[in-house]
Amino acid sequence: MSALGKCWAVAKKDIRIYYFKGPVLIFGLLFPTFLFLAFAMGRNLAPHTLVPGLIGMAVFFTASAVTPAVLPFETRTRTLERLVAAPVTLPMIIAGDILAAFVFGISLSLVPILISVAIVGVSVYHPLLLAVALILSALCFAVLGALFSTPPTDNPSSIMTISNLVRLPLIFFSGVFLPIDQMPQWGQWLAAISPLTYTTELFRRSFGQGTHFPVPLCICALAAFTLAFWFLSTHLHQRNLSRRLWL
Amino acid sequence: MQVIAVTSVIRVQNLTRYYGDRLAVDHICFEVSAGELFGFLGPNGAGKTTTQRMLTGVLPPSEGTALVLDHDMAKDPLRAKEHIGVVPEVANPYVEMSGWQNLMLAGELYGLGKRTRRDRAEQLLQELELWGRRGDRAKSYSKGMRQRLMLAMAFLHKPEVLFLDEPTAGLDVASRRHIHRVVQELARQGVAVFYTTHNIEEANVLCDRVAIIHEGRLAAIDSPEALKAHFAASQSVQVAFGAPVELEALANLAAVTHVEKEADKLHLFTARPGHVATEVALFARSHSLNITSLNTVGPSLEEVFMSLTERKQQAGGEKE
Repeated sequence: MSALGKCWAVAKKDIRIYYFKGPVLIFGLLFPTFLFLAFAMGRNLAPHTLVPGLIGMAVFFTASAVTPAVLPFETRTRTLERLVAAPVTLPMIIAGDILAAFVFGISLSLVPILISVAIVGVSVYHPLLLAVALILSALCFAVLGALFSTPPTDNPSSIMTISNLVRLPLIFFSGVFLPIDQMPQWGQWLAAISPLTYTTELFRRSFGQGTHFPVPLCICALAAFTLAFWFLSTHLHQRNLSRRLWL
Repeated sequence: MQVIAVTSVIRVQNLTRYYGDRLAVDHICFEVSAGELFGFLGPNGAGKTTTQRMLTGVLPPSEGTALVLDHDMAKDPLRAKEHIGVVPEVANPYVEMSGWQNLMLAGELYGLGKRTRRDRAEQLLQELELWGRRGDRAKSYSKGMRQRLMLAMAFLHKPEVLFLDEPTAGLDVASRRHIHRVVQELARQGVAVFYTTHNIEEANVLCDRVAIIHEGRLAAIDSPEALKAHFAASQSVQVAFGAPVELEALANLAAVTHVEKEADKLHLFTARPGHVATEVALFARSHSLNITSLNTVGPSLEEVFMSLTERKQQAGGEKE
């Protein structure tokens, strides 16, 4: 069986076990839903201005919610050693976890997209770009989730705290609620170092809106963030493995 | 004359592991042959689990080499891992998944085709008396059932070397015996079994050879009986009299090193148990005592173990 087949075996295991874990449902679904409602309710905003931010936030929270739960749980239940002892490398195991998070992110982000198009009546101007934005963003945030889970702990809530410490500030300066052009200069500088910015920019363009950054730059930036997160997370996971096994 | 070639499937040379500044395993060397049941014995914290983790490619060694089936576990672990099975310490199956799903996952990780893993899983679940519960979540399994499931997962791909870390810890007698039978059968089929345990009696009844590790160093390595033979002074004559006897009087008998009382019996430790038995009989006659039982007892592996680890501790203390 190929390396991809083994990654998929790990991903299937994650799908069976971790999709319905409390931290994943709370911080991947409920939290962003209520955050968005708190922003949108009572304001007279046009749906087409809200939808790109909503989808960006959906893919960001859902795709980055699964991986931070997996490794602390596997450390606590002592199932990780069994996996590491099998003929798979640690990067293959992490890739399997990322694959499960990617599928989770894509599947759940399709819900607001379909509702926006079919019920709210928002038009998709560039469907191919929407697909690219969704796939690239889900992958980037799934890998970011793997990076969140690198501290060697067996306590999922510790990792969730770390991930929310990063995720929450990001949504405020990444063009989710406010387009980049309407942000102050310092906000625009911060926006440039957030991967979520490039996601919302791509979604805005997909729905026919103007963007601050050009599309090719957004695609390259997301790809670069994905690669950087991947190399950093595999390096840190490898370094922390022995400490994790002794917890 | 038939010549049987003994093949070493595990070869360990100067294997060493540090955790920061702490030396967990200190330049150990040994070999294990195909079909051998090799016990790896030591007190808690002696370095057993670290050694097994290095031998299974889970942790890289700080120094030295571990060759499993001629594959260097530090440089080429994936090739070796395809041919080894592992039941780690405190290992658990995925309790949210059924026994069958756990086995299918193991099969996929070991690269087995769909048909092969299904056939093997059915065979193993039946052999290990889990077939009737294959669809139940492992959460509902008893500890013994979970451990048998772990054994099935470790043996699904027919490994040539099997590593077991405390596989019977906390199990009831029936489950323990079941696992012993399975492990012995695997060794008979030619599988090399590396059996880590702190249960001395288990190693004594199960293993062809045992290595005793203490504070990261190998204190001894031999067959259980050969190890016991090294400790002839730990032999004793066990005697029970019909009336109370002064221990001091027995301790003064020729060739007796010391006397210990255990329930209603007395243990007279000696290197010459036959001679002491005669002395005890003469002692009983001269004191008009009735002997209710008299046996000679060889040193137990536990005594060997305690003796070796105490010696090491004393040697360490003297160095300091």
